[in-house]
Amino acid sequence: MNDETPEPDVDDIEIELLLEALYRRYHYDFRHYARASIKRRLIQARGRLGMASFSALQDRLLHEPEMLAKLLNYLTVQVSEMFRDPSYFRALREKVIPHLRTYPSLKVWIAGCSNGEEVYSLAMLFREEGLEQRTIFYATDINPKALKAAEAGVYPLDQIRKFTENHQKSGARTSLSDYYVADYDRAIFDSSLRANVVFSDHSLATDSVFAEMHLISCRNVLIYFDRDLQERAVGLFDESLVRRGFLGLGRKESLRFSDHAAGFADFVREEKIYQRRER
Amino acid sequence: MTGMVVIGASAGGVQALLTLLPALPADFPRPVLIVVHVPPDHDHGLAGLFEARCAMQVREAEDKQLPEPGTIYFAPANYHLLVEPDGSMALSADDPVNHSRPSIDVLLESAADALRRRLIAVLLTGANNDGAEGLRAVARAGGTAIVEDPETARVPTMPAAGLALCPDATRLAIDAIAPHLVRLAPSHVRP
Ligand SMILES: C[S@@+](CC[C@H](N)C(=O)[O-])C[C@H]1O[C@@H](n2cnc3c(N)ncnc32)[C@H](O)[C@@H]1O
Repeated sequence: MNDETPEPDVDDIEIELLLEALYRRYHYDFRHYARASIKRRLIQARGRLGMASFSALQDRLLHEPEMLAKLLNYLTVQVSEMFRDPSYFRALREKVIPHLRTYPSLKVWIAGCSNGEEVYSLAMLFREEGLEQRTIFYATDINPKALKAAEAGVYPLDQIRKFTENHQKSGARTSLSDYYVADYDRAIFDSSLRANVVFSDHSLATDSVFAEMHLISCRNVLIYFDRDLQERAVGLFDESLVRRGFLGLGRKESLRFSDHAAGFADFVREEKIYQRRER
Repeated sequence: MTGMVVIGASAGGVQALLTLLPALPADFPRPVLIVVHVPPDHDHGLAGLFEARCAMQVREAEDKQLPEPGTIYFAPANYHLLVEPDGSMALSADDPVNHSRPSIDVLLESAADALRRRLIAVLLTGANNDGAEGLRAVARAGGTAIVEDPETARVPTMPAAGLALCPDATRLAIDAIAPHLVRLAPSHVRP
């Protein structure tokens, strides 16, 4: 096999420089995100923002802070649902909640909360299970637009059917319609659901641990990271969890290959719910 | 990094793969990554279906794992499958592309980028245009493009769209593809 000397790809060089510029200028660190999918999204951004090259985009980004928010909406993926993967929420309800009941007060961290769908789902679940009053929820993300949407708790009405179906499948004791009012084409969720929620800007790539948690739900976020960054994030979870605290990941995410695997036990294997071991 | 084979299939794809994959030997020297369009919300058992019938190992692709020679990997339902620059597999829940998740273009374009001349891409039967752009990207990166002959494919639309964007692709009937891959793969680097 004649080993090819890979000709350096200009796009790849420019992307590396752009991500470096983004980090040095604004402290958003995408340098350790899975590169193939970041590249797809940057190609999309370049086209839609009408830039001839990634270098042109970098120039604008460095000199015009307004470009940051625009670019963040391409670099982060805001696809979510209430009670996404209902069997995950059913497992929390049936297997994790009984353990959480034994604590007089609880802290729950939803890391990478996007527009808040997962936050409201957990608030409803905890209310149904009678644990809401003793719980503080920390909902974090790096995208300011998503955090704002999460704080507003307003969703397009055409998503409600899917949300309702998921909610039912999660073993709900109530009806989703108890929690929102419809207003034209929007569903406005009951603001009391966020009475115990603290929304804040926090990056798994650059920030550190901020409280001791009983449950961390971080779903469909690690999948966008490379192995090194995944290790960093799981390290934060490991550090924040109380002994025997719980960590829930997305359907296709796993601790199996992680350096931190030994610190966790499978709690509900199919649902990627782990329990931190005593040490 | 050694070479890789990537395959995309849509309508009629499971049938076509039932001809192609069992004809590959256990020691096929490349990993084979596959995207098949299936309805979303359908946690399919494609790996299970093929496992019993194939000499090669069959698995569902897992995020950030290095694919191994002699092994077939299916993209899980509802996730895109991509190849990272270091040759490892990555999953993503980004929006559908060509109304599809997983999308064949997403797999082929990322694999073309990562493997260039060491990539062999195969586009099979299907009723849409997903994969055509990807096949063109493979050819542009110096890889090898193969298309199931639209004349004999169950549904000709997808392979025909592939040929339209990538006219130099090799056209083969479905039962000729596995023997062709076996001939190509061991020493495969396009000059
Ligand atoms: C696909 S959404 C997941 C939403 C929800 N957890 C779910 O599973 O449906 C991924 C979220 O992770 C956020 N995110 C990306 N990088 C992050 C980081 N370094 N720290 C915290 N959140 C991040 C994105 O802004 C986005 O809102």
